[in-house]
Amino acid sequence: MIQKANLEVFAETLLNLAKKDKEIVVVTSDSRGSGKLTQFGKELPDQIIEVGIAEQNLVGICAGLSAVGKKVFGVSPSSFLTARSLEQIKNDIAYSNHPVTLVGISAGVSYGQLGSTHHSIHDLAVLRTINNISIVVPSDNFETRESIKEAVNYTSPLFIRFGKKPMLKIHNESDEFKIGKGVKIREGKDILFVTTGETAQRALLASEILYKKNISCSIINMHTIKPFDNDLFLDCLSNVKVLITAEEHSENGGLGEKCSSIISQSRIKIPFKIIGFPDEYMVNGSQSDVLDYYNMSPEKLAKIAEDLLG
Amino acid sequence: MNHKELELKSIEYRKTILDIIYKGGAGHTAGSLSCIDILNVLYNNVLNINPNNFKSNDRNRYVQSKGHTVEALYTVLCDNNFFTREELNTLNQFNSHFIGHPTRKVPGVEHNTGALGHGLSVAVGMAIGFKLDNKPYKVYTLLGDGELSEGSIWESLLSASKYKLDNLVIIIDRNGLQITGKTEEVNPIEPLLDKFISFGLCVNQVNGNSVSELDEIFKKIPFENNQPNLIIANTIKGKGISFIENQVVWHHKLPSEEEYNRAIQELNKQLENFK
Repeated sequence: MIQKANLEVFAETLLNLAKKDKEIVVVTSDSRGSGKLTQFGKELPDQIIEVGIAEQNLVGICAGLSAVGKKVFGVSPSSFLTARSLEQIKNDIAYSNHPVTLVGISAGVSYGQLGSTHHSIHDLAVLRTINNISIVVPSDNFETRESIKEAVNYTSPLFIRFGKKPMLKIHNESDEFKIGKGVKIREGKDILFVTTGETAQRALLASEILYKKNISCSIINMHTIKPFDNDLFLDCLSNVKVLITAEEHSENGGLGEKCSSIISQSRIKIPFKIIGFPDEYMVNGSQSDVLDYYNMSPEKLAKIAEDLLG
Repeated sequence: MNHKELELKSIEYRKTILDIIYKGGAGHTAGSLSCIDILNVLYNNVLNINPNNFKSNDRNRYVQSKGHTVEALYTVLCDNNFFTREELNTLNQFNSHFIGHPTRKVPGVEHNTGALGHGLSVAVGMAIGFKLDNKPYKVYTLLGDGELSEGSIWESLLSASKYKLDNLVIIIDRNGLQITGKTEEVNPIEPLLDKFISFGLCVNQVNGNSVSELDEIFKKIPFENNQPNLIIANTIKGKGISFIENQVVWHHKLPSEEEYNRAIQELNKQLENFK
């Protein structure tokens, strides 16, 4: 079932929470429209701070607001937020330990044809190296809503990133969600897909293709990249024959390499493929076209899995 | 404190700065000496921040954006009983919280700084927060003049002006030198006054090594309603020790034993003359 864009769910959730909690403040960098926060600005003008196109300043102001007791959400395109302002995130948020939530909108290759200046396929890698910041990449509307709800009273720095296209429904409303706890969304015995964010739905569709060929798949959605749910990962790994990770991110330094690191420090041997964006000048196209091109179409994921299984 | 008492403090503080840098084996000697009078007046007469109210949200804030002159900050915090002199004497020792830039692990430090061009945005955020809650508290921040080359400073000034932060007090330690040489040769920033005025700030200039001038100017805040306050504090880098004053080399230089003894002698003489 096709749901809304995670971006829309984020904006609705935050507006509803902020109506009940006057300490919630949103900071934007001319990103009110692209963050779907126009309505927020109309209804709660005293709870939104606009700094203009100045991402470094946005992050610093978020830290200052937090330091005087506000529950702060800094909202800006993930590309600019995590590259332009990386030093502010490192020093003013993480090192200074202000429990700000930084929301990277239009993440991954969401901007499609706008090209590499706007893509954020580095954000998970760079933030993984920074102490004291959690990283969440919700896959569907449910995970987005729950992560924003948890973010309000999260006691340490947090980064949440997602895209702006409608998403497949993955969870039921009664499911459990907790930052730091991965979710097993399919149980199978042949293949383990580990996904994050928008690749969860693609692995889900791949698993349906494979199911018709009598190949069964486990899928773990690691909505939290840091702290990583090692236990769930290792637990699921022991019951399958091959492992595939898929992420809307560079192959370098993201989900796949995190999994690789865990495996190589254990005694486990398993056929393994990391799927992400290679270290090359990126092909131009829509988000969907780019993901498809780089082996993240359901068909290609299924084919790679089948080949790996042998 | 009256101005005489503040002047006495400044001499004692300079001795402490020299002492902890000498014993700690590193420090930003000249910059700490240029801004110590500002910190003296702020912590003893203006801020009303002390160990008893530090954990409260309802108080003024001080963010030291020029984090490298942390020895000046540690010195006034120590004198204001945030920690003991014994603790401060662990400066630069393995596993001590007293490192070469401000960290909140040290009692009394508001924000972790060190990379330049960060503190003003944070101070702006604090000042906006107080405005949102209609709280009467002020936010003070100290910037270096070399630091003004950072673009993020000018981003922050735009926001300070937009949000009419008359509860924000920006102090520029205008000592005219940075690690490479004179600010006006490294990357000219003048005409500074005109720049700040054009950004919508209300600007005053003082002798930043005069505790009486500093004390008087802080009493006039807000200079104007709805405008951020900015003080250009004209200082001498290395102020108070003849052979350190205005010498580029002393930005991050450690005094030798002979230099240390000479500096302490000069300061002791100032104390005698003062009494």
